[in-house]
Amino acid sequence: MNRKKVAVYGVILALIVAIYALVTGLSNAGVLNSYYSGILIMVCINIILATSLNLSTGFLGQLILGHAGFMSVGAYAAALFTLRAGLPDSIDFPIALLVGGLTAALFGLLIGIPALRLKGDYLAIITLGFGEIIRVIIINLDFTGGARGLRGIPRETNFSWVYLLAVLTVAIIFAFIHTRHGRAVISIREDEIAAEASGVNTTYYKLLAFIMSAFFAGIAGGLYAHHIGILNPSKFDFNYSVEILVMVVLGGMGSITGSVIAATVLTILPEALRDFSSYRMLAYSVVLICVMLFRPSGLLGQYEFSLTRLFGKLSGSKGNKTTKNPASGGEKGA
Amino acid sequence: MPLLEAKHLGIAFGGLRALEDVNFQLEENQIMGLIGPNGAGKTTVFNLLTQVYQPTEGTIELEGKSIIGKKTYDVTRGGIARTFQNIRLFKDISVLDNVRIAMNYQMKYSALAGILRLPSYWKEERAMTERAMDLLSVFNLQEHAESKAKNLPYGQQRKLEIARALAASPKVLLLDEPAAGMNPTETRELMESIQLIRDRFSISILLIEHDMSFVMGICQHLVVLDYGRIIAEGSAEEIRTNPKVIAAYLGGE
Amino acid sequence: MGFISQVINGLGLGSIYALVALGYSMVYGIVQLINFAHGDIIMVGAYAMFLLLTVAGAPLWAAVLGSILFCVVAGVFIERVAYRRLINMKAPRISLLITAIGVSIFLQNLSQLLFTSSGKTIPSMFDLGTLEAGSLQVPSGSIINILTSVAMMVGLSFLVNKTKIGKAMRATSEDAAAARLMGINTNHSIAFTFGLGSGLAAVGAVLYCNTYPMITPYMGGLLGLKAFVAAVLGGIGSIPGAMLGGYVLGVAESLTKGYISSSFTDAVVFGILILVLLIRPAGLLGRNVSEKV
Repeated sequence: MNRKKVAVYGVILALIVAIYALVTGLSNAGVLNSYYSGILIMVCINIILATSLNLSTGFLGQLILGHAGFMSVGAYAAALFTLRAGLPDSIDFPIALLVGGLTAALFGLLIGIPALRLKGDYLAIITLGFGEIIRVIIINLDFTGGARGLRGIPRETNFSWVYLLAVLTVAIIFAFIHTRHGRAVISIREDEIAAEASGVNTTYYKLLAFIMSAFFAGIAGGLYAHHIGILNPSKFDFNYSVEILVMVVLGGMGSITGSVIAATVLTILPEALRDFSSYRMLAYSVVLICVMLFRPSGLLGQYEFSLTRLFGKLSGSKGNKTTKNPASGGEKGA
Repeated sequence: MPLLEAKHLGIAFGGLRALEDVNFQLEENQIMGLIGPNGAGKTTVFNLLTQVYQPTEGTIELEGKSIIGKKTYDVTRGGIARTFQNIRLFKDISVLDNVRIAMNYQMKYSALAGILRLPSYWKEERAMTERAMDLLSVFNLQEHAESKAKNLPYGQQRKLEIARALAASPKVLLLDEPAAGMNPTETRELMESIQLIRDRFSISILLIEHDMSFVMGICQHLVVLDYGRIIAEGSAEEIRTNPKVIAAYLGGE
Repeated sequence: MGFISQVINGLGLGSIYALVALGYSMVYGIVQLINFAHGDIIMVGAYAMFLLLTVAGAPLWAAVLGSILFCVVAGVFIERVAYRRLINMKAPRISLLITAIGVSIFLQNLSQLLFTSSGKTIPSMFDLGTLEAGSLQVPSGSIINILTSVAMMVGLSFLVNKTKIGKAMRATSEDAAAARLMGINTNHSIAFTFGLGSGLAAVGAVLYCNTYPMITPYMGGLLGLKAFVAAVLGGIGSIPGAMLGGYVLGVAESLTKGYISSSFTDAVVFGILILVLLIRPAGLLGRNVSEKV
């Protein structure tokens, strides 16, 4: 690592800490009441969902319409773990989240092996089908609380946890994209036949991206379960999968910055428009249609915010060779 | 032992026999041309050699080992890389990344090491990027390393595709109409680059091409396909005067 | 209820799926779009029926015709406003899909704004009571549904295979660029396809209202999704396929309700979909297209 990279990482870390300090400071000072911090928690959960879906839809290029299904698996697994395992409070939550993520990843593997043989819209439909089946099964099982829902989940999710995990998710996915494995994933989106001819084991990388995507959705589910305290299977239906997909496409497929921004805006905006609730969804749909009509590849396309590039511009410096150092791409903050 | 050998190769799609009893041998450091009228089955031969299709009969051996039944990516890793008749680049990513993707399998670091940015990541990435830039400079593409592949002019896209195939470190390079759509100057340059890479990377090249001056000028050995069968093979001079070949091209009989 | 009555009821429900599936299938065939707003056209048709029958007091035949006409116009209008620009600029298909989802949300919320989210009841329409043949009892609605759907499919096959506009539609779906070179106005054939699909969905809406007289702004969601599953099941792009898929789905659903549990119907529907896709990825009657290298 050269000095410039160290500087960039330092600034990113400082930014992340500053945002965290700001939010906790405001809520300690009583400016942010529990309603607002609830929204902020949902923002972070949706950021995790959108960035993880972006991995399989934006970078791998496979349309997935069942992301909420993986989230629900993670939510139930994590919630059941805290309810049944009887571990001391301090350690059960992180383990529960991990259990949620791993269970969702396992489902990703089981569903991915048959489903990923299909392409394009057929893959979208089959993931939709699996998502719906997961929901119906949860409704019909006893230990999940069935249609009445799962109640009494300890509300252990707080802003610190979701923020930490949102930052980690974004950082991990961003870092992954700029490794040899990440590039292999992207090559499948670009041209599967050419990828295969370039020595990329496409089946393996499709599955890898799909499982990673499911894992983070599971974590988000675990956070959600311990935030709301009650799980209702109807929450995780097709419409929620679509909501997450809209965040990804609106932000720009293949842009993590876009996913983060879109998830933030699309979580806060509906709350801000609460007073106009009857016109809210109408306006949402019109905006959605207009954005697609005039910016079909999303607001940011594949653009990523990059501090390295920003520094380069500010110092007006030494040409693009260094600012676009291929090994580092452009690093970015959460 | 020939480097690459096809014996009695054949494939049928439904009832249609697209190739029948195709035999050829590619020697080390040889440039061989595969020619024939449109629809003769040339690209199908490439698709068999890379196992995009499974042959219904016959064998393909690379360095004496059969490649039948392998996955395409495994064939590439084993030493047969190709380009496509209709250019298939990774359009929306950089020229450099196009090349680096083909080097993916030659690197070792794990996904975890990559995400954590361990020293092995930096070391291998740096080495690979250097090698990729070297390859690009063979085709004078180094200045465009950061452009998106789709923004290159047509001729350079063809070159990039060859660079990408070379990045997979092949022993045999299959080029499907490398000069298609190029002007005479570009074609001449391409002839030189192909001979250059053969010598520099000491590989063998099998190419499909319609431009006869290109084929005759560069190939030591030619194989002529017509209606899925080999109708002639030999040196450029032998092929030029072969009555069967002339008939196939001019539509005799 | 006996097995045979279950099957006939299933076919009756399947007929509605089939009519809606035809629209999905034709639109997908011509612009490769999963038109998620198509299900909501059923809702539009149902509310048009409701308004014409109760508010305007129109006779039944006029209400049916009016509702079909309204949906056709709505379908063409939506294509013009929301999709055409994207279709013609060859935008990424996922953008088109998201636009369709936007249209769906728009239609649902517009109707909620106009009619509130509580349901409306449609006055009874073609009620011939229950038909009896020996020990077999079948509600007349199912029989009407089946007959109508078969008639529609015959008509549609004729339209697509024998008429000039049908040929233009097929040419456009085969290769839009080549069709344009042959002097076909592809914009027209695409608009016609949307209109035709919406008209068939309206017929589906009429049958739905006749069978289940309760309508809500969100009725199109799951109904549309299942009809789409039917289209995929039968082989998307294939007219007989869409019909077959609809019937299979309807019967499967009815038998699940009758012999297992109504809470499992959706799981069975999607389970069948997954099995068919894994075994025959192009659907029951679809043709397999593999990418040329």
